[in-house]
Amino acid sequence: MGVIIEQFPLFVLGFLGTVRLCVFSAVGALVLGTILAGFRVSPVPPLRMIGTAWVTVFRNTPLAVVLFAVAFGLPELGINGSYFYFGVIGLTCYTAAFVCEAVRSGINSVSAGQAEAARAIGLTFSQSLSLIVLPQALRTVVPPLGSVIIAMIKNSAIAGAFGIGGDLFANGVQLTSAQGYAAVGALTGALLGYLLLTIPGGILLGVLERKVAVAR
Amino acid sequence: MRFSHLIRIAAVAATVVIAATACGDQSSSLGSSGAAPSVAQGASFPAGSTMDTLNKAQTLRLGTKFDQPLFGLKGLDGNPAGFDVEIAKIIAAKLGIPADKIAYTEAPSAVREEVIEQGRVDMVAATYTINDKRKERISFAGPYYVAGQDLMVKSDNTTITGPDSLRGANAKVCSVAGSTPSENIKKYIDPANLTLFDVYSKCADALRTGQVDVVTTDNVILTGLIENSGGAFKLVNQKFTEEPYGIGIKKGDVAFCEFINQTLKEAEADGSYKAAWDSTVGKVSPEVPPLPAPGTCS
Repeated sequence: MGVIIEQFPLFVLGFLGTVRLCVFSAVGALVLGTILAGFRVSPVPPLRMIGTAWVTVFRNTPLAVVLFAVAFGLPELGINGSYFYFGVIGLTCYTAAFVCEAVRSGINSVSAGQAEAARAIGLTFSQSLSLIVLPQALRTVVPPLGSVIIAMIKNSAIAGAFGIGGDLFANGVQLTSAQGYAAVGALTGALLGYLLLTIPGGILLGVLERKVAVAR
Repeated sequence: MRFSHLIRIAAVAATVVIAATACGDQSSSLGSSGAAPSVAQGASFPAGSTMDTLNKAQTLRLGTKFDQPLFGLKGLDGNPAGFDVEIAKIIAAKLGIPADKIAYTEAPSAVREEVIEQGRVDMVAATYTINDKRKERISFAGPYYVAGQDLMVKSDNTTITGPDSLRGANAKVCSVAGSTPSENIKKYIDPANLTLFDVYSKCADALRTGQVDVVTTDNVILTGLIENSGGAFKLVNQKFTEEPYGIGIKKGDVAFCEFINQTLKEAEADGSYKAAWDSTVGKVSPEVPPLPAPGTCS
């Protein structure tokens, strides 16, 4: 276990790398997922189709395959870029499908009378969605969204294998073989880093859930 | 526009399939041509020594790579083939164990020390660079080969002439996570320009599509990739490290270490070392290297 102390700066770097990757991907996934959920309940058939297709494709594809397709498929089409952003794109596209379904279930939990009342006072569909329905829906889906984001943090370890490097897990692997440290110690260090993100994240979500809860 | 993209995606998929098939062909051809060294009959060893135990057990548990072309690559028949495996066969034969009694365990870079320490294998031959950090946990016999780190670039690249030119060219470099070359190269480049994958074939793909400018690892591994690239890549040919490949054994087993070193020496003298080379790495790098001077056993 001495490796955690000896190589502490490397673990900190890896931790920051994972945080950076997760912040970008989480913001992207929450925004994109909410938009997709809007698509899925919208009265416009092509938008509904896009939403459904997105969820069907990305929810049913293994994350490793999505990341592989982004990291090796996009350059094949002449789109070159940093592997960090490829990783963010892959994680965002994949996680957005799960965010979309969580948000959609929240939208469905808002009673139809709310939307009908909104339409009755003359709000358009997008106004009633963004001003009336979504604010109520998002409050009810904090727990499932939290689980989706925590799962995404853990999934980010896979993205590290697609050229990003410098994240917690990749640094742990680097220590075990190139520098000859015992795997158990180095990977325990990586594990502690992930727990440091996910456990406080879970507590924060509990607080948030109580703060925004609505009595119906 | 969209349709042509679809075609290109299909082309990528086809390339992957073709590449996979090509690898399969290579491994089977390597596996079939390894000349089996003659098994020592009635060999006797000091009682209680590792050699005696192995000879009595009539099996050798070898840790090797399953995904390293030319050194240890698992073929369709389920057995790995390559130079590391041939060297192990020579040692097994000297112990009186036929080649088909070798039990293979995959030993990827990250767990090579572990499998030895935990006694899950009797020895590891897996492009295993001898270094002091590793010697703290295990012992090395050999070396049986000295590789060196080199650079691979696209054939039309003239700006990269060696490791010292990397910084000036602001080159993006690819290597494999957890490998010694990936550590060494950090001296020559900005860490932000280093891309790490789990296998070298991904680095080769990234080089082809222009995501990176350079792939770096041991020269013999690069030679294998260049051979498969159909002229798209070339070797810079500026070896800048020495990577002595050793055989990992249990820490402090001096007798076994000396036995292996002696076996390697005899293998060079009787031509079985050359045969092992010719049937594996020799296919892309015909010049047989001299057997390096053995290290001290401790």
